[in-house]
Amino acid sequence: MNISILKNAILVFAMASYCSIAFAEGSVPKEIAAYREMISDGNPAEFDEMRGEELWKKPGGPNKVSMEKCDLGKGTGVVKGAYAELPRYFPDTQRVQDLESRLITCMTTLQGTLESDITAKPFGGDNYKPEIESLVAYVVGQSKGVKMNVSLKHPKEKEAYEIGKRVFTYRAGPYDFACSTCHSQDNLRIRMQNLQNFSNAKDAQDSYTTWPAYRVSQGLFRSFQWRLNDCLRQQRFPEPKYASEVTIALTMYMAKNANDGVYAGPGLKR
Amino acid sequence: MINLERRKALKAGGGLGLLGLFAAIGLIRPGMAAVETKLFAFDAKSMNEALDALGVIIPQSSEAIHLTVPEIAENGAVVPVTVLSSLANTEQIHILVEKNPNVLAANFTFPEGTESFVTTRVKMKETSMVIALVKADGKFYRIAKEVKVTAGGCGG
Amino acid sequence: MGNPMKIRASVKDGVTEVKVLMQHEMETGLRKDADGKLVPAWHITEVKAQHNGKTVLEGQFGTAVSKNPYLVFRFKGGAPGEKISVNWVDNKGDTRSDEAEIS
Repeated sequence: MNISILKNAILVFAMASYCSIAFAEGSVPKEIAAYREMISDGNPAEFDEMRGEELWKKPGGPNKVSMEKCDLGKGTGVVKGAYAELPRYFPDTQRVQDLESRLITCMTTLQGTLESDITAKPFGGDNYKPEIESLVAYVVGQSKGVKMNVSLKHPKEKEAYEIGKRVFTYRAGPYDFACSTCHSQDNLRIRMQNLQNFSNAKDAQDSYTTWPAYRVSQGLFRSFQWRLNDCLRQQRFPEPKYASEVTIALTMYMAKNANDGVYAGPGLKR
Repeated sequence: MINLERRKALKAGGGLGLLGLFAAIGLIRPGMAAVETKLFAFDAKSMNEALDALGVIIPQSSEAIHLTVPEIAENGAVVPVTVLSSLANTEQIHILVEKNPNVLAANFTFPEGTESFVTTRVKMKETSMVIALVKADGKFYRIAKEVKVTAGGCGG
Repeated sequence: MGNPMKIRASVKDGVTEVKVLMQHEMETGLRKDADGKLVPAWHITEVKAQHNGKTVLEGQFGTAVSKNPYLVFRFKGGAPGEKISVNWVDNKGDTRSDEAEIS
């Protein structure tokens, strides 16, 4: 038996056993959708957005300056709609940056914070909320209702997209898994959750436009970088460096595929 | 589901809880109810204990209470619950989760002019009946629905 | 003092609908931390909403109300510009009050 068949067999077996309820009852996707609809109002991520807005506007870091001079790609201080056009190429840094990476640029250059201080513990936990995560919540919330419009005009943007596409299908690790193992076919499911097919525009849009999100099972707001890391963890890949080139490229691939979808985050997830 | 028939038999046998007894003989006035509830009902570990603490003997099932819960909750940490009572003079709505370690999740008191309607979110340890217990005109009524709680997976 | 709430209230056809989102850990007292020690129960016990000084809703919460509690209720009356205030108290004696205008 070759590895690929074995892997598929494991996947099918795992899904079949986890999804026994799902397969027994055909109305499950409808009921899950109903549940998601019922919890869609009153998203606690609003508190992260509030905190992020305060952090954006108040003087911070060793330089005691606010983030209001930060250029997220639509001009100095423009937050509205900025996330819907990220990642993008920035002439000042001469590279493609996603939101997290760009926030680091502003926090280091404007506020004088050390990059290592930001990236040492960039994800929230019990009684701990890193500033960068709240800033992410604020910035993405300011693109709510805006159509995703990620450009590949600059050669570096095109290059990031192509790298992202390769990373997405790159098989490795003890399970010989790639992102695409789970996310390139329709109607796959793990336990109760549908697995989005990122080569299908609708799935790509539904997913990308609802992250970052507040995760109810963890009671925390989670950034897109966290979400990618969690996928990579499940593939048994090593954890990437925060705001690394590889995650920026992956984000570029996924964001571009979601173009024309209306951004609706921060989302609210199980 | 709560074994109300068994409960009925127990109660008929004289096993009236102390608080139930107080309520029955009028020792708990409406103004005191809140304090008593806080002291006892929220610590109740079973439906029977919770009902005793609330001074409920046998709640009648009522179609006039509308309980909206998801059939399946993707995660037990957040289960949306909406209760709407069409019973005249609804005074209180209690939300109970039968299989939770502490059965009573929340209760609400509705002054004159407030609609007997409430939406909130509760935690559920496992698949269980969710019960809306309504006090109207001094009497208790109930409705129950099952919510299946899944472990959740790893997708987004 | 607790963290701020988000309160939204709007009136339609003579009925004001109020949506409140509170920030609170709502620890059950049953969860263990990384060292295997029980995290003590810490939860809102009472909530009260008022409109023009009149109580429009009173609630009591146990440990089973979800983290960052959410509440929706409706009362008759209320006009745009009038204030709704919400107050909560938790089992450690902490409290928080916020208000919002009806739209």
